Amino acid sequence: MNKLGKIALAGVAALWAGTALADGVKVGMITTLSGGGAGLGIDVRDGFLLAVKQSGNSDIEVVVEDDQRKPEIAVQLADKMIQSEKVDVLTGIIWSNLAMAVVPSATAQGKFYLSPNAGPSQLAGEGCHENYFNVAWQNDNLHEGAGAYAKDAGFKNTFILAPNYPAGTDALAGYKRFYEGELAGEVYTKLGQTDYAAEIAQIRASGADSVFFFLPGGMGISFLKQYSDSGIDLPVVGPAFSFDQGILQAVGDAALGIKNTSQWSKDIDNPANNAFVESFQAEYGRLPSLYASQGFDTANLLLSAMGKADIDDADAFRAALKEADFDSVRGDFEFGPNNHPIQDIYVREVIKEGDVLTNKIVGVALEDRGDAYAEKCKM
Amino acid sequence: MTIILLIEQVLNGLQFGVMLFLMAAGLTLVFGVMGLINLAHGSLYMVGAFAAAAVAGATGSFLLAMAAALGAAAIAGVIVEMLVIRRLYDRDHLDQVLATFALILIFSEGTRWIFGSFPLYLNIPPYLSGPITLPGDIQYPLYRLVIIGVGLLVAAGLFLLISRTRLGIRIRAGESDREMIAALGVNISVLYTIVFALGAALAGLAGALVGAIQSVQVGMGEPVLILAFVVIVIGGIGSITGALVGSLLVGLTDTLGRTLLPVLFGTFMEASAATTVGAAIASMLIYILMAVVLIFRPTGLYGAR
Repeated sequence: MNKLGKIALAGVAALWAGTALADGVKVGMITTLSGGGAGLGIDVRDGFLLAVKQSGNSDIEVVVEDDQRKPEIAVQLADKMIQSEKVDVLTGIIWSNLAMAVVPSATAQGKFYLSPNAGPSQLAGEGCHENYFNVAWQNDNLHEGAGAYAKDAGFKNTFILAPNYPAGTDALAGYKRFYEGELAGEVYTKLGQTDYAAEIAQIRASGADSVFFFLPGGMGISFLKQYSDSGIDLPVVGPAFSFDQGILQAVGDAALGIKNTSQWSKDIDNPANNAFVESFQAEYGRLPSLYASQGFDTANLLLSAMGKADIDDADAFRAALKEADFDSVRGDFEFGPNNHPIQDIYVREVIKEGDVLTNKIVGVALEDRGDAYAEKCKM
Repeated sequence: MTIILLIEQVLNGLQFGVMLFLMAAGLTLVFGVMGLINLAHGSLYMVGAFAAAAVAGATGSFLLAMAAALGAAAIAGVIVEMLVIRRLYDRDHLDQVLATFALILIFSEGTRWIFGSFPLYLNIPPYLSGPITLPGDIQYPLYRLVIIGVGLLVAAGLFLLISRTRLGIRIRAGESDREMIAALGVNISVLYTIVFALGAALAGLAGALVGAIQSVQVGMGEPVLILAFVVIVIGGIGSITGALVGSLLVGLTDTLGRTLLPVLFGTFMEASAATTVGAAIASMLIYILMAVVLIFRPTGLYGAR
């Protein structure tokens, strides 16, 4: 498996606002850069490094390593980064099971952890930590948005399905938290399943009026292609993961018109986002994804805190992070009591711009949504 | 559970089984004839799917894409056999597992290097897409029926090849006594390359056929590979008949288990618990099937050794 090695970033000399810090901040990024889930990690990394490059801040050094989507590798990398690389901040993990393996021990050793993607409920509730900041979402959020959209759209009898693992059960729980109709069926599929003929036959026979699914990565591509070929034309709703820029082209026209929920979209109209979309395309030659936007925001949050406090003064640095004083590409952004975002969740629709499938915002599912676990967090 | 739904699920099970057969046939031939455990068989499946997606993207022709998948996987098979596999026949199984596992990593990262990290687009051609109405008012996707048809055709072709042709005789002879057929003047290394390429081409065809309704991405072959191993263990290593029967058994057990078990548990459990428990047990079902078969037939259903 390839080791991408270290990418040391010698930034451009221009310092911003003249706040030169004593020895700068060293960031350890552990993310997935090889194997099936590599697209997500690459987008997070590229978004993060783009923000660092744009800041021109030479006091930040980023070390990137590939976790191969394996918890044991992620733990080894975290130990190495903390003990021999002496990083101040860890970030980058995509998957909740890897985050659960790394984050509690990293924060217990006094390191900051900024999550650009995974937001397992344990780390939002009883397992929250003052040094753990989630810059993406709590895992349930986008599914809650889908449930709220289903309620607004008047769905009365939804068939819901997700893989049989913790994030899958969280997804269905999140959907049901805001959805108010009946359930035509509730199915847990095998994690990594690629054939959904059996489930699609059940949907057809169930008398449902709509379908909600959470099937990240290749699972969602398979489901959508097979669903569209089955001739069932019930409306489908799901979280943004199956409709994101990275995989939409692989789904093809089967995705057209489907409503999906996201905290970000490339057509959110604010200066930060417009500049981000344009510069990301110029730098990497592709449209940014949800994950790229999260990596970009994570870096900007860190840079904003570096402008206000010295990392050696952990209390001041923590307070500076908590202020979230940066221009998020998703618009309004602030941290709740458990250091998880409070943000709007949008409804997007898959459209075609020329030959390229992409999303446009068609409404707001939830405004200023925090999460369901904040009250269990005692910091 | 209506009877229509049940018939539809049986068809789904058949289709899944036939797809597994295309994978398992190559695997069992290679294992049976050469005594080689080839973990990289799933990578050849991936090669077929990527070749099909690339050619379909460039030419728009589905038939050309299928031909490209067959060709690319067979060529990849020949190259791999001549460069790596050939050196492994005399080694023990652990060396073979290590070397072919290395091949998986090389294929995966090589594919990612060429095609990028994002899944590719490959879809059903318009003339095969959409559902058709079967007798009894069953709506069933035409493409899945085509997969069943192609799979059964390949099975028939393989039986003819093995039982009626000179190549088939040599393959069977190679299975029973490789020194003897070498002594009789058959060029064993060419025979091995041909068998390996044949297995690779079948895997590539499976990858391309299935790629059109699934996701063409790096690492797509490994989950199927595990199932294919289960199939050949159930069917008996080296037996094409065993591979066919094993595939259909696994396909039907998996599909029907997934749909029937939650319903079954629902009769005496609370609904949401039944869904979770049913799903969990359904995912174990084929391994339970394998264990049961091995208890009664340690060499598999059609295993000779």
